Amino acid sequence: MAGVSAVRPASWPLRLASIGFALYLAYALSHLELTPARFLAGLEFGQKFLAKLFPPDFHRWELLLKGLKESLEMAILASALGVVASLPVSLLGARNLMPAWVTWPARMLMVVCRSFHPVIVAILFVKAVGFGALAGILALTVASLGFLGKLFTEAIEEISLKQVEAVRSTGAPFMSVITYGVLPQVYTRFIGFASYELDANLRNSTLVGIVGAGGIGGTLFAAFQRFDYDFVCAIILSIIALIIAGEVLTNAVKRVFRA
Amino acid sequence: MTPASVAEREWRRFTPVERGARFAVYFTIVAAIVASIRTVEVIPEFVADAPEQIADLLRRMWPPDLAYYPQEINSALMDSMHIATVGTVLAIVMALPFGFLAARNVTPFAWANWLARLILISARSVNTLVFALFFVAVFGPGALAGTLAIAFHSIGFLGRLFSEALEVANPGPVEALRAAGAPWPSVIVYGYWPQVAPAFWALVLFRWDINVRESIVLGLVGAGGIGVVLDTAMNLFQWTRVAMVLIAILAVVVVAEVAVTYIRKKII
Repeated sequence: MAGVSAVRPASWPLRLASIGFALYLAYALSHLELTPARFLAGLEFGQKFLAKLFPPDFHRWELLLKGLKESLEMAILASALGVVASLPVSLLGARNLMPAWVTWPARMLMVVCRSFHPVIVAILFVKAVGFGALAGILALTVASLGFLGKLFTEAIEEISLKQVEAVRSTGAPFMSVITYGVLPQVYTRFIGFASYELDANLRNSTLVGIVGAGGIGGTLFAAFQRFDYDFVCAIILSIIALIIAGEVLTNAVKRVFRA
Repeated sequence: MTPASVAEREWRRFTPVERGARFAVYFTIVAAIVASIRTVEVIPEFVADAPEQIADLLRRMWPPDLAYYPQEINSALMDSMHIATVGTVLAIVMALPFGFLAARNVTPFAWANWLARLILISARSVNTLVFALFFVAVFGPGALAGTLAIAFHSIGFLGRLFSEALEVANPGPVEALRAAGAPWPSVIVYGYWPQVAPAFWALVLFRWDINVRESIVLGLVGAGGIGVVLDTAMNLFQWTRVAMVLIAILAVVVVAEVAVTYIRKKII
Protein backbone atom coordinates (compact mmCIF):
# COMPACT_ATOMS: atom_id res chain seq x y z
CA MET A 1 0.00 0.00 0.00
CA ALA A 2 2.15 2.84 -1.30
CA GLY A 3 -0.64 5.31 -0.54
CA VAL A 4 -0.45 4.74 3.21
CA SER A 5 3.19 5.74 3.35
CA ALA A 6 2.15 9.10 1.90
CA VAL A 7 -0.01 9.63 4.99
CA ARG A 8 2.64 8.57 7.47
CA PRO A 9 6.11 7.87 6.09
CA ALA A 10 7.44 4.61 7.54
CA SER A 11 10.80 4.91 9.22
CA TRP A 12 13.55 2.34 8.74
CA PRO A 13 13.46 1.04 12.31
CA LEU A 14 9.70 0.56 11.97
CA ARG A 15 10.13 -1.30 8.67
CA LEU A 16 12.82 -3.53 10.15
CA ALA A 17 10.60 -4.23 13.16
CA SER A 18 7.72 -5.12 10.85
CA ILE A 19 9.89 -7.50 8.84
CA GLY A 20 11.20 -9.05 12.04
CA PHE A 21 7.67 -9.48 13.34
CA ALA A 22 6.54 -11.07 10.06
CA LEU A 23 9.43 -13.55 10.25
CA TYR A 24 8.56 -14.35 13.86
CA LEU A 25 4.93 -14.84 12.88
CA ALA A 26 5.88 -17.29 10.14
CA TYR A 27 8.04 -19.19 12.63
CA ALA A 28 5.26 -19.27 15.24
CA LEU A 29 2.70 -20.38 12.67
CA SER A 30 4.93 -23.29 11.68
CA HIS A 31 4.82 -24.36 15.34
CA LEU A 32 1.06 -24.88 15.15
CA GLU A 33 1.44 -27.98 12.95
CA LEU A 34 -1.47 -26.90 10.80
CA THR A 35 -1.54 -29.03 7.64
CA PRO A 36 -4.25 -28.78 4.95
CA ALA A 37 -5.33 -32.33 5.79
CA ARG A 38 -5.72 -31.48 9.45
CA PHE A 39 -7.60 -28.32 8.58
CA LEU A 40 -10.06 -30.18 6.33
CA ALA A 41 -10.57 -32.92 8.92
CA GLY A 42 -11.14 -30.21 11.49
CA LEU A 43 -13.72 -28.49 9.33
CA GLU A 44 -15.59 -31.75 8.97
CA PHE A 45 -15.43 -32.39 12.73
CA GLY A 46 -16.51 -28.84 13.41
CA GLN A 47 -19.53 -29.22 11.19
CA LYS A 48 -20.58 -32.44 12.93
CA PHE A 49 -19.93 -30.82 16.28
CA LEU A 50 -22.07 -27.79 15.53
CA ALA A 51 -24.84 -30.04 14.25
CA LYS A 52 -24.76 -32.00 17.52
CA LEU A 53 -24.97 -28.82 19.58
CA PHE A 54 -28.47 -28.10 18.27
CA PRO A 55 -31.16 -28.23 19.42
CA PRO A 56 -30.11 -27.35 23.01
CA ASP A 57 -31.40 -29.81 25.59
CA PHE A 58 -32.93 -28.16 28.67
CA HIS A 59 -34.29 -31.42 30.14
CA ARG A 60 -31.98 -31.35 33.13
CA TRP A 61 -32.85 -27.77 34.00
CA GLU A 62 -32.66 -28.49 37.73
CA LEU A 63 -28.97 -29.36 37.47
CA LEU A 64 -28.45 -26.32 35.27
CA LEU A 65 -30.22 -24.00 37.70
CA LYS A 66 -28.28 -25.38 40.66
CA GLY A 67 -24.96 -24.69 38.90
CA LEU A 68 -25.98 -21.18 37.86
CA LYS A 69 -27.15 -20.41 41.39
CA GLU A 70 -23.86 -21.57 42.86
CA SER A 71 -21.91 -19.47 40.33
CA LEU A 72 -23.98 -16.43 41.21
CA GLU A 73 -23.47 -16.95 44.95
CA MET A 74 -19.73 -17.37 44.46
CA ALA A 75 -19.55 -14.17 42.42
CA ILE A 76 -21.50 -12.17 45.03
CA LEU A 77 -19.50 -13.42 48.01
CA ALA A 78 -16.15 -13.07 46.23
CA SER A 79 -16.99 -9.51 45.17
CA ALA A 80 -18.02 -8.59 48.73
CA LEU A 81 -14.87 -10.14 50.20
CA GLY A 82 -12.79 -8.56 47.44
CA VAL A 83 -14.13 -5.07 48.21
CA VAL A 84 -13.57 -5.55 51.94
CA ALA A 85 -10.02 -6.79 51.36
CA SER A 86 -9.01 -4.23 48.76
CA LEU A 87 -10.14 -1.15 50.70
CA PRO A 88 -7.30 -1.31 53.26
CA VAL A 89 -4.76 -2.65 50.77
CA SER A 90 -5.46 0.10 48.23
CA LEU A 91 -5.22 2.72 50.97
CA LEU A 92 -1.82 1.32 51.91
CA GLY A 93 -0.79 1.32 48.25
CA ALA A 94 -1.69 4.97 47.55
CA ARG A 95 1.54 6.91 47.08
CA ASN A 96 -0.02 10.27 47.97
CA LEU A 97 -1.11 9.14 51.44
CA MET A 98 1.48 6.59 52.53
CA PRO A 99 5.29 6.45 52.70
CA ALA A 100 7.17 4.33 50.17
CA TRP A 101 8.00 1.49 52.57
CA VAL A 102 4.24 0.89 53.01
CA THR A 103 3.15 1.30 49.38
CA TRP A 104 5.75 -1.13 48.03
CA PRO A 105 4.57 -4.33 49.76
CA ALA A 106 0.90 -3.42 49.17
CA ARG A 107 1.57 -2.90 45.45
CA MET A 108 3.56 -6.12 45.19
CA LEU A 109 0.67 -8.03 46.75
CA MET A 110 -1.75 -6.55 44.20
CA VAL A 111 0.56 -7.33 41.26
CA VAL A 112 0.90 -10.97 42.37
CA CYS A 113 -2.89 -11.33 42.81
CA ARG A 114 -3.51 -9.77 39.40
CA SER A 115 -0.91 -11.76 37.49
CA PHE A 116 -2.44 -15.19 37.93
CA HIS A 117 -5.58 -16.08 36.03
CA PRO A 118 -8.44 -16.93 38.45
CA VAL A 119 -8.52 -20.48 37.11
CA ILE A 120 -4.87 -21.06 38.06
CA VAL A 121 -5.49 -19.66 41.54
CA ALA A 122 -8.59 -21.87 41.70
CA ILE A 123 -6.61 -25.08 41.10
CA LEU A 124 -4.23 -24.15 43.89
CA PHE A 125 -7.15 -23.57 46.24
CA VAL A 126 -8.79 -26.81 45.16
CA LYS A 127 -5.59 -28.62 46.14
CA ALA A 128 -5.46 -26.70 49.43
CA VAL A 129 -9.08 -26.67 50.66
CA GLY A 130 -10.72 -29.36 48.52
CA PHE A 131 -13.31 -29.34 45.76
CA GLY A 132 -16.32 -27.06 45.91
CA ALA A 133 -17.51 -23.50 46.13
CA LEU A 134 -15.06 -22.48 48.88
CA ALA A 135 -12.07 -22.87 46.56
CA GLY A 136 -13.88 -20.85 43.89
CA ILE A 137 -14.80 -18.05 46.28
CA LEU A 138 -11.23 -17.79 47.55
CA ALA A 139 -9.80 -17.78 44.01
CA LEU A 140 -12.18 -15.07 42.82
CA THR A 141 -11.46 -13.03 45.97
CA VAL A 142 -7.74 -13.11 45.17
CA ALA A 143 -8.44 -11.95 41.60
CA SER A 144 -10.77 -9.20 42.89
CA LEU A 145 -8.13 -8.00 45.34
CA GLY A 146 -5.69 -7.65 42.46
CA PHE A 147 -7.97 -5.72 40.11
CA LEU A 148 -10.02 -3.67 42.59
CA GLY A 149 -6.88 -2.88 44.55
CA LYS A 150 -5.23 -1.45 41.45
CA LEU A 151 -8.29 0.57 40.39
CA PHE A 152 -8.95 1.83 43.94
CA THR A 153 -5.32 2.84 44.38
CA GLU A 154 -5.35 4.80 41.13
CA ALA A 155 -8.60 6.52 42.15
CA ILE A 156 -7.16 7.48 45.55
CA GLU A 157 -3.99 8.83 43.95
CA GLU A 158 -6.05 11.16 41.75
CA ILE A 159 -7.94 12.87 44.61
CA SER A 160 -7.49 16.52 45.54
CA LEU A 161 -5.29 16.78 48.62
CA LYS A 162 -6.76 20.16 49.57
CA GLN A 163 -9.75 18.55 51.23
CA VAL A 164 -7.56 16.04 53.02
CA GLU A 165 -5.42 18.94 54.21
CA ALA A 166 -8.52 20.82 55.41
CA VAL A 167 -9.77 17.90 57.47
CA ARG A 168 -6.29 17.26 58.85
CA SER A 169 -5.84 20.90 59.87
CA THR A 170 -8.86 20.65 62.17
CA GLY A 171 -6.90 18.07 64.15
CA ALA A 172 -9.01 15.14 62.96
CA PRO A 173 -7.64 11.67 63.73
CA PHE A 174 -6.47 9.39 60.90
CA MET A 175 -9.77 7.51 60.47
CA SER A 176 -11.73 10.77 60.21
CA VAL A 177 -9.31 12.05 57.59
CA ILE A 178 -10.05 8.90 55.58
CA THR A 179 -13.84 8.97 56.01
CA TYR A 180 -14.32 12.73 55.51
CA GLY A 181 -11.33 13.73 53.40
CA VAL A 182 -10.69 10.75 51.10
CA LEU A 183 -13.79 8.57 50.90
CA PRO A 184 -16.31 11.19 49.65
CA GLN A 185 -14.00 11.97 46.72
CA VAL A 186 -13.70 8.39 45.53
CA TYR A 187 -17.01 6.86 46.60
CA THR A 188 -18.87 6.93 43.27
CA ARG A 189 -15.82 5.66 41.40
CA PHE A 190 -15.47 2.82 43.90
CA ILE A 191 -19.11 1.85 43.30
CA GLY A 192 -18.42 1.81 39.55
CA PHE A 193 -15.31 -0.33 39.96
CA ALA A 194 -17.04 -2.71 42.36
CA SER A 195 -19.92 -3.31 39.97
CA TYR A 196 -17.41 -3.87 37.17
CA GLU A 197 -15.68 -6.43 39.37
CA LEU A 198 -18.98 -8.17 40.15
CA ASP A 199 -19.44 -8.48 36.39
CA ALA A 200 -15.96 -9.93 35.95
CA ASN A 201 -16.45 -12.32 38.87
CA LEU A 202 -19.71 -13.54 37.39
CA ARG A 203 -17.90 -14.41 34.15
CA ASN A 204 -15.08 -16.17 35.98
CA SER A 205 -17.39 -17.96 38.42
CA THR A 206 -18.82 -19.84 35.44
CA LEU A 207 -15.26 -20.98 34.61
CA VAL A 208 -13.53 -22.05 37.80
CA GLY A 209 -15.77 -25.13 37.94
CA ILE A 210 -13.67 -26.57 35.10
CA VAL A 211 -10.96 -27.28 37.69
CA GLY A 212 -13.46 -28.36 40.35
CA ALA A 213 -13.93 -25.09 42.23
CA GLY A 214 -17.74 -25.06 42.15
CA GLY A 215 -20.36 -23.45 39.95
CA ILE A 216 -21.75 -24.17 36.50
CA GLY A 217 -18.27 -24.72 34.99
CA GLY A 218 -18.09 -28.19 36.52
CA THR A 219 -21.40 -29.16 34.93
CA LEU A 220 -20.17 -27.77 31.60
CA PHE A 221 -16.89 -29.67 31.72
CA ALA A 222 -18.62 -32.92 32.70
CA ALA A 223 -21.11 -32.55 29.83
CA PHE A 224 -18.20 -31.93 27.42
CA GLN A 225 -16.40 -35.05 28.55
CA ARG A 226 -19.53 -37.16 28.21
CA PHE A 227 -20.02 -35.82 24.64
CA ASP A 228 -23.42 -34.60 25.83
CA TYR A 229 -23.31 -31.70 23.37
CA ASP A 230 -27.02 -30.79 23.47
CA PHE A 231 -26.65 -30.14 27.18
CA VAL A 232 -23.36 -28.26 26.56
CA CYS A 233 -25.27 -25.93 24.26
CA ALA A 234 -27.99 -25.41 26.87
CA ILE A 235 -25.35 -24.61 29.51
CA ILE A 236 -23.49 -22.15 27.28
CA LEU A 237 -26.72 -20.37 26.36
CA SER A 238 -27.68 -20.08 30.05
CA ILE A 239 -24.22 -18.75 30.93
CA ILE A 240 -24.54 -16.09 28.22
CA ALA A 241 -27.99 -15.17 29.54
CA LEU A 242 -26.64 -14.92 33.11
CA ILE A 243 -23.72 -12.73 32.02
CA ILE A 244 -25.93 -10.40 29.98
CA ALA A 245 -28.39 -10.15 32.90
CA GLY A 246 -25.47 -9.31 35.19
CA GLU A 247 -24.27 -6.62 32.80
CA VAL A 248 -27.74 -5.03 32.63
CA LEU A 249 -27.99 -5.07 36.43
CA THR A 250 -24.56 -3.54 37.06
CA ASN A 251 -25.28 -0.86 34.46
CA ALA A 252 -28.47 -0.01 36.37
CA VAL A 253 -26.44 0.32 39.59
CA LYS A 254 -23.95 2.59 37.83
CA ARG A 255 -26.82 4.77 36.60
CA VAL A 256 -28.24 5.11 40.13
CA PHE A 257 -24.87 6.31 41.44
CA ARG A 258 -23.92 8.16 38.24
CA ALA A 259 -20.62 6.32 38.42
CA MET B 1 -47.16 32.62 51.93
CA THR B 2 -43.85 33.49 53.45
CA PRO B 3 -40.91 31.33 52.53
CA ALA B 4 -39.46 29.32 55.37
CA SER B 5 -36.38 30.92 56.81
CA VAL B 6 -33.12 29.58 55.51
CA ALA B 7 -32.23 28.14 58.87
CA GLU B 8 -35.38 26.02 58.98
CA ARG B 9 -34.96 24.52 55.51
CA GLU B 10 -33.55 21.07 55.35
CA TRP B 11 -30.86 20.73 52.73
CA ARG B 12 -30.36 17.38 51.11
CA ARG B 13 -27.89 16.45 48.42
CA PHE B 14 -30.16 13.98 46.60
CA THR B 15 -33.81 13.99 45.55
CA PRO B 16 -36.20 11.52 47.25
CA VAL B 17 -36.17 9.34 44.13
CA GLU B 18 -32.37 9.21 44.14
CA ARG B 19 -32.31 8.37 47.82
CA GLY B 20 -34.92 5.64 47.28
CA ALA B 21 -32.92 4.16 44.42
CA ARG B 22 -29.72 4.18 46.46
CA PHE B 23 -31.45 2.56 49.39
CA ALA B 24 -32.85 -0.12 47.05
CA VAL B 25 -29.34 -0.87 45.75
CA TYR B 26 -27.84 -1.09 49.25
CA PHE B 27 -30.71 -3.26 50.41
CA THR B 28 -30.32 -5.60 47.42
CA ILE B 29 -26.58 -5.90 48.00
CA VAL B 30 -26.99 -6.81 51.67
CA ALA B 31 -29.86 -9.19 50.91
CA ALA B 32 -27.83 -10.89 48.16
CA ILE B 33 -24.81 -11.34 50.42
CA VAL B 34 -26.91 -12.72 53.29
CA ALA B 35 -28.81 -15.07 50.97
CA SER B 36 -25.54 -16.29 49.42
CA ILE B 37 -23.91 -16.96 52.79
CA ARG B 38 -26.93 -18.94 53.95
CA THR B 39 -27.33 -21.11 50.88
CA VAL B 40 -23.84 -21.60 49.45
CA GLU B 41 -22.53 -25.11 49.96
CA VAL B 42 -19.44 -24.44 52.00
CA ILE B 43 -18.49 -26.66 54.92
CA PRO B 44 -17.62 -24.42 57.91
CA GLU B 45 -14.89 -26.78 59.15
CA PHE B 46 -13.12 -26.41 55.79
CA VAL B 47 -13.21 -22.63 56.13
CA ALA B 48 -11.65 -22.84 59.59
CA ASP B 49 -9.03 -25.26 58.30
CA ALA B 50 -8.21 -23.29 55.14
CA PRO B 51 -5.33 -21.08 56.42
CA GLU B 52 -3.49 -24.10 57.80
CA GLN B 53 -3.97 -26.08 54.57
CA ILE B 54 -2.77 -23.16 52.44
CA ALA B 55 0.30 -22.69 54.65
CA ASP B 56 1.01 -26.41 54.34
CA LEU B 57 0.77 -26.21 50.54
CA LEU B 58 3.18 -23.27 50.46
CA ARG B 59 5.62 -25.17 52.68
CA ARG B 60 5.58 -28.11 50.29
CA MET B 61 6.30 -25.73 47.38
CA TRP B 62 9.52 -24.48 48.94
CA PRO B 63 12.18 -24.45 47.57
CA PRO B 64 11.21 -24.08 43.87
CA ASP B 65 12.79 -26.63 41.56
CA LEU B 66 15.10 -24.29 39.61
CA ALA B 67 16.55 -27.11 37.51
CA TYR B 68 13.14 -27.77 36.01
CA TYR B 69 13.10 -24.43 34.18
CA PRO B 70 15.56 -25.29 31.35
CA GLN B 71 14.16 -28.84 31.10
CA GLU B 72 10.49 -28.22 30.44
CA ILE B 73 9.22 -24.81 31.45
CA ASN B 74 11.13 -22.61 29.01
CA SER B 75 9.89 -24.23 25.81
CA ALA B 76 6.32 -24.53 27.12
CA LEU B 77 6.35 -20.87 28.13
CA MET B 78 7.52 -19.91 24.63
CA ASP B 79 4.66 -21.98 23.23
CA SER B 80 2.24 -19.98 25.37
CA MET B 81 3.70 -16.73 24.06
CA HIS B 82 3.36 -17.97 20.47
CA ILE B 83 -0.28 -18.87 21.17
CA ALA B 84 -0.97 -15.42 22.61
CA THR B 85 0.76 -13.55 19.78
CA VAL B 86 -0.53 -15.53 16.81
CA GLY B 87 -3.99 -15.59 18.38
CA THR B 88 -3.97 -11.81 18.72
CA VAL B 89 -2.83 -11.35 15.11
CA LEU B 90 -5.58 -13.68 13.86
CA ALA B 91 -8.07 -11.78 15.99
CA ILE B 92 -7.00 -8.48 14.39
CA VAL B 93 -7.57 -9.91 10.92
CA MET B 94 -11.05 -11.11 11.86
CA ALA B 95 -12.05 -8.18 14.08
CA LEU B 96 -11.27 -5.35 11.63
CA PRO B 97 -14.12 -6.06 9.17
CA PHE B 98 -16.61 -6.56 12.02
CA GLY B 99 -15.45 -3.33 13.62
CA PHE B 100 -16.09 -1.40 10.40
CA LEU B 101 -19.46 -3.12 9.95
CA ALA B 102 -20.56 -2.36 13.52
CA ALA B 103 -19.66 1.36 13.40
CA ARG B 104 -22.81 3.30 12.48
CA ASN B 105 -21.00 6.17 10.81
CA VAL B 106 -18.92 3.89 8.57
CA THR B 107 -21.64 1.41 7.57
CA PRO B 108 -24.95 3.21 7.08
CA PHE B 109 -27.06 0.00 7.09
CA ALA B 110 -28.80 -0.69 10.40
CA TRP B 111 -29.14 -4.42 9.73
CA ALA B 112 -25.40 -4.76 9.08
CA ASN B 113 -24.63 -2.88 12.32
CA TRP B 114 -26.88 -5.17 14.32
CA LEU B 115 -25.57 -8.35 12.72
CA ALA B 116 -21.96 -7.35 13.38
CA ARG B 117 -22.80 -6.38 16.97
CA LEU B 118 -24.56 -9.67 17.60
CA ILE B 119 -21.50 -11.58 16.40
CA LEU B 120 -19.18 -9.43 18.52
CA ILE B 121 -21.34 -9.88 21.64
CA SER B 122 -21.51 -13.64 21.14
CA ALA B 123 -17.74 -13.89 20.73
CA ARG B 124 -17.22 -11.88 23.92
CA SER B 125 -19.75 -13.88 25.94
CA VAL B 126 -18.19 -17.28 25.27
CA ASN B 127 -15.04 -17.52 27.34
CA THR B 128 -11.64 -18.42 25.89
CA LEU B 129 -11.62 -21.67 27.88
CA VAL B 130 -14.98 -22.70 26.43
CA PHE B 131 -13.71 -21.93 22.93
CA ALA B 132 -10.64 -24.00 23.80
CA LEU B 133 -12.81 -26.98 24.82
CA PHE B 134 -14.57 -26.64 21.48
CA PHE B 135 -11.41 -26.40 19.37
CA VAL B 136 -9.74 -29.24 21.25
CA ALA B 137 -12.75 -31.36 20.32
CA VAL B 138 -12.45 -30.23 16.69
CA PHE B 139 -8.69 -30.11 15.99
CA GLY B 140 -7.43 -32.34 18.79
CA PRO B 141 -5.23 -31.22 21.70
CA GLY B 142 -2.36 -28.83 21.01
CA ALA B 143 -1.35 -25.26 20.34
CA LEU B 144 -3.62 -24.91 17.29
CA ALA B 145 -6.76 -25.24 19.44
CA GLY B 146 -5.39 -22.71 21.93
CA THR B 147 -4.49 -20.18 19.23
CA LEU B 148 -7.93 -20.36 17.66
CA ALA B 149 -9.61 -20.08 21.08
CA ILE B 150 -7.64 -16.91 21.84
CA ALA B 151 -8.39 -15.51 18.38
CA PHE B 152 -12.14 -16.13 18.45
CA HIS B 153 -12.68 -14.73 21.93
CA SER B 154 -10.57 -11.65 21.21
CA ILE B 155 -12.67 -10.72 18.17
CA GLY B 156 -15.46 -9.55 20.48
CA PHE B 157 -13.23 -7.29 22.55
CA LEU B 158 -11.22 -5.81 19.67
CA GLY B 159 -14.19 -5.42 17.31
CA ARG B 160 -16.39 -3.67 19.84
CA LEU B 161 -13.78 -1.22 21.09
CA PHE B 162 -12.53 -0.56 17.55
CA SER B 163 -16.06 0.25 16.35
CA GLU B 164 -16.51 2.58 19.34
CA ALA B 165 -13.27 4.36 18.40
CA LEU B 166 -14.52 4.69 14.81
CA GLU B 167 -17.84 6.16 15.93
CA VAL B 168 -16.17 9.07 17.70
CA ALA B 169 -13.88 9.84 14.73
CA ASN B 170 -14.02 13.38 13.38
CA PRO B 171 -16.34 13.42 10.32
CA GLY B 172 -14.50 16.41 8.76
CA PRO B 173 -11.75 14.60 6.83
CA VAL B 174 -14.25 11.91 5.81
CA GLU B 175 -16.64 14.46 4.36
CA ALA B 176 -13.82 16.24 2.58
CA LEU B 177 -12.79 12.98 0.91
CA ARG B 178 -16.37 12.14 -0.04
CA ALA B 179 -16.88 15.64 -1.47
CA ALA B 180 -13.79 15.13 -3.60
CA GLY B 181 -15.41 11.97 -5.01
CA ALA B 182 -13.10 9.43 -3.32
CA PRO B 183 -14.23 5.78 -3.54
CA TRP B 184 -15.03 4.08 -0.20
CA PRO B 185 -11.73 2.20 0.20
CA SER B 186 -9.94 5.55 0.01
CA VAL B 187 -12.39 7.07 2.49
CA ILE B 188 -11.54 4.30 4.97
CA VAL B 189 -7.78 4.35 4.39
CA TYR B 190 -7.35 8.15 4.34
CA GLY B 191 -10.39 9.36 6.27
CA TYR B 192 -10.93 6.93 9.15
CA TRP B 193 -7.77 4.87 9.55
CA PRO B 194 -5.29 7.68 10.37
CA GLN B 195 -7.68 8.90 13.07
CA VAL B 196 -8.20 5.57 14.80
CA ALA B 197 -4.82 3.88 14.19
CA PRO B 198 -3.18 4.91 17.52
CA ALA B 199 -6.25 3.85 19.50
CA PHE B 200 -6.36 0.61 17.54
CA TRP B 201 -2.73 -0.32 18.23
CA ALA B 202 -3.21 0.56 21.90
CA LEU B 203 -6.21 -1.79 22.03
CA VAL B 204 -4.25 -4.56 20.31
CA LEU B 205 -1.42 -4.25 22.84
CA PHE B 206 -3.87 -4.27 25.72
CA ARG B 207 -5.55 -7.38 24.35
CA TRP B 208 -2.19 -9.06 23.80
CA ASP B 209 -1.41 -8.48 27.47
CA ILE B 210 -4.72 -10.13 28.45
CA ASN B 211 -4.09 -12.97 26.01
CA VAL B 212 -0.69 -13.71 27.55
CA ARG B 213 -2.51 -14.41 30.83
CA GLU B 214 -5.24 -16.42 29.13
CA SER B 215 -2.83 -18.51 27.04
CA ILE B 216 -1.29 -19.75 30.29
CA VAL B 217 -4.55 -21.34 31.42
CA LEU B 218 -5.38 -23.00 28.11
CA GLY B 219 -3.15 -25.99 28.80
CA LEU B 220 -5.50 -27.12 31.58
CA VAL B 221 -8.01 -28.22 28.94
CA GLY B 222 -5.26 -29.58 26.67
CA ALA B 223 -4.89 -26.58 24.36
CA GLY B 224 -1.09 -26.31 24.62
CA GLY B 225 1.43 -24.12 26.40
CA ILE B 226 2.65 -23.83 29.97
CA GLY B 227 -0.72 -24.89 31.40
CA VAL B 228 -0.01 -28.48 30.33
CA VAL B 229 3.24 -28.51 32.32
CA LEU B 230 1.50 -26.97 35.33
CA ASP B 231 -1.33 -29.49 35.15
CA THR B 232 1.07 -32.45 34.92
CA ALA B 233 3.19 -31.24 37.82
CA MET B 234 0.09 -30.76 39.94
CA ASN B 235 -1.39 -34.12 39.15
CA LEU B 236 1.89 -35.75 40.17
CA PHE B 237 2.02 -33.62 43.38
CA GLN B 238 5.44 -32.25 42.38
CA TRP B 239 4.92 -29.04 44.34
CA THR B 240 8.45 -27.68 43.97
CA ARG B 241 7.99 -27.85 40.19
CA VAL B 242 4.58 -26.19 40.50
CA ALA B 243 6.24 -23.36 42.41
CA MET B 244 8.83 -22.93 39.65
CA VAL B 245 6.12 -22.82 36.98
CA LEU B 246 4.20 -20.19 38.98
CA ILE B 247 7.31 -18.05 39.37
CA ALA B 248 7.97 -18.26 35.62
CA ILE B 249 4.35 -17.27 34.87
CA LEU B 250 4.56 -14.33 37.25
CA ALA B 251 7.77 -13.12 35.61
CA VAL B 252 6.36 -13.36 32.08
CA VAL B 253 3.09 -11.63 32.97
CA VAL B 254 4.81 -8.78 34.78
CA VAL B 255 7.33 -8.27 31.95
CA ALA B 256 4.49 -8.28 29.38
CA GLU B 257 2.56 -5.68 31.37
CA VAL B 258 5.57 -3.41 31.77
CA ALA B 259 6.40 -3.71 28.05
CA VAL B 260 2.82 -2.92 27.01
CA THR B 261 2.64 0.11 29.31
CA TYR B 262 5.94 1.38 27.87
CA ILE B 263 4.91 0.95 24.21
CA ARG B 264 1.45 2.45 24.84
CA LYS B 265 3.04 5.61 26.21
CA LYS B 266 5.14 5.85 23.05
CA ILE B 267 2.29 5.54 20.56
CA ILE B 268 -0.46 7.56 22.25
